[in-house]
Amino acid sequence: MTTDKFCSMLSRSKPGPGDGGNTGSWRVLRPVINLEACIPAKRNKMACFHCWLYCPDSVVSKTIPPVINYDYCKGCGICAEECPAGAISMVDESTPLVEDK
Amino acid sequence: MHIIESGNVAAATGVKLSRAQVIAAYPITPQTPLTEKLSEFVESGELAAEYIPVESEHSAMAVCIAASTAGARAFTATSANGLLYMSEQLHWAVGARLPIVMCVANRGIGAPWTVWNDQQDTISQRDVGWIQIYANDHQQIIDAVIKAFRLAQTVSIPVMVCYDGYLLSHTYMPFEEPAQSSVDSFLPTFAPTHFLDPENPGNFNTVTLPDVRPDVEGVIAPGYIEIRHTLHQDLRAALDTFVEIDREFKKEFGRGGNPLIEEYRCEDADFVAVCIGSLSYQLRDVVDGMRENDVKIGVMGVQMYRPFPDEAIVRALAGKKGVIVFEKALSYGNQGALYADIKSALYKSAERPFIHNYILGLGGREIKTQHLLDALTASCTSPDTFEDAPRWIGLKL
Repeated sequence: MTTDKFCSMLSRSKPGPGDGGNTGSWRVLRPVINLEACIPAKRNKMACFHCWLYCPDSVVSKTIPPVINYDYCKGCGICAEECPAGAISMVDESTPLVEDK
Repeated sequence: MHIIESGNVAAATGVKLSRAQVIAAYPITPQTPLTEKLSEFVESGELAAEYIPVESEHSAMAVCIAASTAGARAFTATSANGLLYMSEQLHWAVGARLPIVMCVANRGIGAPWTVWNDQQDTISQRDVGWIQIYANDHQQIIDAVIKAFRLAQTVSIPVMVCYDGYLLSHTYMPFEEPAQSSVDSFLPTFAPTHFLDPENPGNFNTVTLPDVRPDVEGVIAPGYIEIRHTLHQDLRAALDTFVEIDREFKKEFGRGGNPLIEEYRCEDADFVAVCIGSLSYQLRDVVDGMRENDVKIGVMGVQMYRPFPDEAIVRALAGKKGVIVFEKALSYGNQGALYADIKSALYKSAERPFIHNYILGLGGREIKTQHLLDALTASCTSPDTFEDAPRWIGLKL
């Protein structure tokens, strides 16, 4: 019913990663996984994944090892709080990003 | 078919004929009989709609937003403090471009409590972005509701149909109830291009950042300011769209022709009294009396207040000697909102009439014909004694 004349610009988008912008830039503290303590990494088993489960932005992968997508991680720290192995520490953003080994 | 009923029933009948699909409302005086009538229509099966009783006006508008987003024709109604309680949702409904229609039976705002008529409720919401149409009698109420649904879905902007509480909502007048078949041919089924659809998921009105940004497919998506600019442009375009819709309405039903402003004896007038709502019909009697004493005066009712029909108003008023604006509301700490808007529109005109402002009738204070006659006579005979500040009518200080 709406003609092309109206609503030329609307807030409508296809759901997908990045639809809310690169929210990683909001981060003050960066979660870093210590793979020597991380349960799936250490045991090489599809196990635990509390970080994947609790992440409110779904930026942690369910893989061995789990990988955090820093483009969208806002640094809320829930993964670090929930990790039963204490393998995730929150590091100040001013420290350089070290790529996963 | 001609019937004699109240203004609230005229509104409810218009909603029924427009085949609203979802109605959510919270009762508030003087709107209550409208929602009661609609619930009767739904209960009896005369109207195939979902009637959702809610615990507040904020929820009423939230339900309408959800229903409209899902592609249903949604309606609500309120008055005064109820309108203000849903104000946050009013902004959302228009920002989301949802064609909701709402009736407002105009009532003064507390504190102190009043249930009687003035227009402070809707005038205070003029900058929300909703379209505002004001009806002056029962026929205009039922017609405006039907036109409002058509306008809302054509421009994807919600519409308020406003009418004076008690003076129109509770008085009985004869009016023509259009045939369902005519309304059906005038008002097409609501078929939105974007709606909540599990087969085609989408994000609606998610957070925007200050700048534009690429969407997930890399296409630059508009930012907040672009989306809001579009709303403003579409509101301005809605003026012409409403004129077209009114023309088609007249073709189908034989009524209308004054969608933006309604002039009475203005053509040869030196002076024009201006107001919003049913007061303009009361002013006609005063003007008729003054005409008998050779004062060339007319009345202009503003039917559509937002978007503001500035061009039509300038065409009607430029070249007159004087314009006298009567208002049942004001921008507190300044002056009447309509007065300020009309002054602003006339500023660009080469021939500027004098313009006076009267505030009257707040909280239902009786507006006597003698008051109106005295005010108009003072304005026409001694215009130089007036200041820019409004004069108040009927104050008992």
